[in-house]
Amino acid sequence: MPADLLTHVLRQADRILVLSHRLAEWLTHAPELEEDMALANISLDLLGQARHLYTYAGELEGLGHDEDYFAYFRDAADFRNPLIVEQPNGDFAVTMVRQVLHDHAALLYWESMCSSTDQTLAALAARAVNETRFHLRHSTGWLIRLGDGTDESHRRAQAGLDTMWPFAGELLGADDEDDLRAAGLIGPRFDGGWRAAVGATVVEATLTMPPEPPTRSGGLEGDHSEHLAPMLEVMQDLARAHPGATW
Amino acid sequence: MVSIIDLLVRAVDDPELPHVTIGDLGMVRSVEIDGRAAHVRLTPTYTGCPATEQIRSDVEAAVVAAGYEPSVEFVMSPPWSTDDITDEGRAKLTAAGIAPPGAAADGPVALDFPVACPHCNSRRTHLTSAFGATACKALHMCEACRQPFESFKAI
Repeated sequence: MPADLLTHVLRQADRILVLSHRLAEWLTHAPELEEDMALANISLDLLGQARHLYTYAGELEGLGHDEDYFAYFRDAADFRNPLIVEQPNGDFAVTMVRQVLHDHAALLYWESMCSSTDQTLAALAARAVNETRFHLRHSTGWLIRLGDGTDESHRRAQAGLDTMWPFAGELLGADDEDDLRAAGLIGPRFDGGWRAAVGATVVEATLTMPPEPPTRSGGLEGDHSEHLAPMLEVMQDLARAHPGATW
Repeated sequence: MVSIIDLLVRAVDDPELPHVTIGDLGMVRSVEIDGRAAHVRLTPTYTGCPATEQIRSDVEAAVVAAGYEPSVEFVMSPPWSTDDITDEGRAKLTAAGIAPPGAAADGPVALDFPVACPHCNSRRTHLTSAFGATACKALHMCEACRQPFESFKAI
């Protein structure tokens, strides 16, 4: 069955929220103070994007659900994020590899969404695209320094790439969204542009692209790895313990 | 004609940058008066800016204090850009030790071009972190006067 716009919006919102939470897990654990602030800033930008998308999802759904419902009161099987963002952070190199794979895709996605026929998504894209450029600059800068750094940082960066690469395919969009593409609601596929952009960063980082294409998928359909539910348990704990609490 | 309510709304301080107003930042898109009702359209700066709700309640309080009934709406289009910051806002930022933003990038971000130090105006500065204490600021160091300073990121 072809996906509707609500499904598309939830896939994006879930991707962005889960990644935002993973980045927030780095707080007080990053290699330096400036990096704590950087990852928190990026996490906050992503949270803002996700909030706008969840609010819009509530309007599309028409059941009176707000952003908190989508973020805090759905279980893992209801989430439609790509598997890559729910994977554990690993060491800093693993996290930065994921950011590079994600940020290249996110920039191409938001650029294409600037001309969406959906005015709400086009307006959000116009804001998000600039934020994403800063995120991409940060992540590619780190991966190049790590890959082209010491023997140890190179080894870890390559290990991170080998760990995250099998999950990267879902960042390129879903196969059941062609109707939305045909209607101009979402942009055309950007697989080629993403491969070229990621390839250029990997080469500059003196790393080796894994030879096999990415293989792992299922998150976009709600078929998640074992890592999502424990993450959501932490993220949703306060909201579920005190429903409707304000302060 | 600019109404008194319009002026009051634009004079609301930004909660995270108290040296400038939301009018200086270019966040006020429109203020419409209909009888005693004031409809204010604002645009958020960063999508995740945590000050958004504070700004909403500050604007509502300003409108109520003037005897009008506020309705505050956040609109995403046209999107906010640092190009919307007024000349007066830029002067206030500089006076507060925060380098104002250059023209917004419409392509790859070029943060390496040295920002002028807001203290001594030297271009002998370098970026120490692209992410600062708030989403909108970056951290720099001036090699001329040896002062660390913040800049408002062009976005």
